[in-house]
Amino acid sequence: MNSENFSVSRKPPIATTGLLGWLRMNLFSNWFNSLLTFLVIYLLYLILPSFFNWTIFSADFIYNDFGDRIIDRTLCTGRVDPERGGGACWSIIFVRFYQFVYGFYPREEVWRVNITYFLLVVAILPLLFEKFPQRKYFLYFTIIFPVIAFFLLYSGFGLLNTVRTNMWGGLLVTLVLGFTGIALAFPLGIILSLGRRSKLPVISMVCTLFIEFIRGVPLITLLFFGMVMLPLFLPEGVNLDGLIRVLVAVTLFQSAYMAEVIRGGLQAIPQGQYEAAQSVGLTYWQMNRKIILPQAIRITIPSIVNTSIGLFKDTTLVVIVGQLDLLGIGRAALADQTWMGLSQEVYVFVALVFFIFTFSMSRYSLYLEKKLKTGNNAGAD
Amino acid sequence: MRSNLNFFSDQKFRSLFYQILVVGLFAFGLYYLMTTTAYNLEKRNIATGWRFLSNPAGFDISFSPFLDYKATDTHLKVYFVGLLNTLLISFCGCIAATILGFIVGVMRLSSNWLLSKTAYCYVEFCRNIPLILQIILWYTILLQMPLIKQSKEIGKGFFVTNRGLYSPRPIYEEGFGIVFVVFILTVIASFFIRRWSKKRQETTGQQFPVLWTSLSLIVFLPLIVFFISGSPMSLGYPALKGFNFKGGMVIRPEFIAMFLALSIYTGAFISETVRSGILSVTKGQREASGALGLKPNWIMRLIVIPQALRVIVPPLTSQYLNLTKNSSLGIVVGYADLVHGFGGISLNQTGQAIECMVIVMATYLTISLIISLFMNIYNRSIQFKEK
Repeated sequence: MNSENFSVSRKPPIATTGLLGWLRMNLFSNWFNSLLTFLVIYLLYLILPSFFNWTIFSADFIYNDFGDRIIDRTLCTGRVDPERGGGACWSIIFVRFYQFVYGFYPREEVWRVNITYFLLVVAILPLLFEKFPQRKYFLYFTIIFPVIAFFLLYSGFGLLNTVRTNMWGGLLVTLVLGFTGIALAFPLGIILSLGRRSKLPVISMVCTLFIEFIRGVPLITLLFFGMVMLPLFLPEGVNLDGLIRVLVAVTLFQSAYMAEVIRGGLQAIPQGQYEAAQSVGLTYWQMNRKIILPQAIRITIPSIVNTSIGLFKDTTLVVIVGQLDLLGIGRAALADQTWMGLSQEVYVFVALVFFIFTFSMSRYSLYLEKKLKTGNNAGAD
Repeated sequence: MRSNLNFFSDQKFRSLFYQILVVGLFAFGLYYLMTTTAYNLEKRNIATGWRFLSNPAGFDISFSPFLDYKATDTHLKVYFVGLLNTLLISFCGCIAATILGFIVGVMRLSSNWLLSKTAYCYVEFCRNIPLILQIILWYTILLQMPLIKQSKEIGKGFFVTNRGLYSPRPIYEEGFGIVFVVFILTVIASFFIRRWSKKRQETTGQQFPVLWTSLSLIVFLPLIVFFISGSPMSLGYPALKGFNFKGGMVIRPEFIAMFLALSIYTGAFISETVRSGILSVTKGQREASGALGLKPNWIMRLIVIPQALRVIVPPLTSQYLNLTKNSSLGIVVGYADLVHGFGGISLNQTGQAIECMVIVMATYLTISLIISLFMNIYNRSIQFKEK
């Protein structure tokens, strides 16, 4: 209070506050930083304008520059009048949008896919957020959702027409592979990780061998295995659906990685937890189900989400064995005479769709990590 | 005690029971698989065995930089061509991805806002888009390069075309061996210089500019020998003859697309491990070394990096493994690696699915094991040595 009499408080120098201060602090703090800033600005200047020009400003969407509806690549502005063109021709995405989302699913049955998509969101949201209202009841729904989805998408048990999987495609196949793979690999991974840490030498050896074998070979060899070798292993007359064969390969692949992630969580649980659980008389399965796994999984959820991102990206590999997922549908569109040569547009679009999914998953994993760090009584401490 | 009724609650018995059960199931599964497979193979008239390896392959491979491969060569040779191509792309990819990853990792920690955000955008975009898509995207871009007839020369003897990058090829003449021997000798010498200077620094505290001495030794001494011996190497320039270039070297677009995609994709992951490694070195370490009077780049080199490496190397190993396994995606652009050449074309031609897949899988397992072995040795050498 007294200091008012002695000194007048002055404003801080302009160059340390506000926009100017921020610029100085973050971009031009010394000569080297300034040089870097200009270099980056120059590089961005080289890349960004031409990129945005191609994707948006000079691009055709549904109509070309002359006002015609684009139904053919020859109608893209760039082809009609090369002087004006130079942009992307996104009309291929609009014209083929149905295929990108549903594949060759019959149009009169497409409501089934739409309902499944909607129910998928209903099934996943309560899983993701702990504060979801009535979460407990929704989680029951999440558990039975795969059955409902199978019922809706595939057979309908006589109530609906069967839509064979060779009619599926696009986003539908990508999502089916991704989510079924994750949903099946999770319990398998838990069993494998428990098996690997088992005190019974035979069981631990079998699990370790399985995990290390799968982790040592590329997914593509497993997919080939499923496509080329599985038919040789099966008894006569059993003919597995193509989608199921790649699903088996993808699930096995993912479960090995999931097992290693969960094993990391199991290792972080202090020995005292095991001893305490055993001393109150819990059996092995009770102990794992009630004491160990809830803690181990809780601390590994971010890593589980990260491996799931990996799986989701890896589902694109099924293109190589001829499944028509999002990328496969894109390639099929490019094989069509009417759209040949628009490969960059298709691949950029597919990349964007994947980016939206994987980026939101990775954001979610970051959010979880933050929550775990600040969360109450997180994990073992 | 009703021991005879409750013998299942005996832990020893139970563990034995489970293990025998697993072994039994495993053996039964194996037996079942083998009989059905044998039956299926017989029905399809597929003869098992490794004899097909010595049959002529009968197809061409466009990219075989190390072995001279012709269509009349055997499937075994296809395997070796594929193996070498896999190793080549993995090796080049690992080096490029490491360099890129370290640069971007440091960029992300830069105090320069623009630089760190640009690096962040790169990492997020390249990490989150499937690799296979990136490979295809690069490949389509490379295929839009000018045709061979219209290609422009960029620098003497370098041509960018849609069939690849053409460059001059070094032609070694007699006497080049000496230059090479001198080069090896200088590398060995610089190793000894390093040891000597370390010893001297430990005993006397005097420092010796090891890096500059060895660099100039390695660069200049072979150069001097090269010119003294009368330049025993010339360059063969590519020249347009007919429809194609003759002479010179060509790097195929498949290789370039794979190389770019693999190193950019993996580099994004490596940059994250580098970033977390550097962040794991606590601020106190920097401040303490600053208080001791070390220069900033010395702090980085002597204090931060050695400690960060301990955190970085284990995840780096798994990135190298991932890159090697991901190199199998070359099949989408027709890069003749192990999976495409041997596991793809050879398999389809011979129909020996089981043999081919077993060989390919075993090879990948071996490569993975060797990489982890070497990285584990390196990891042990940089860990804390507690005395």
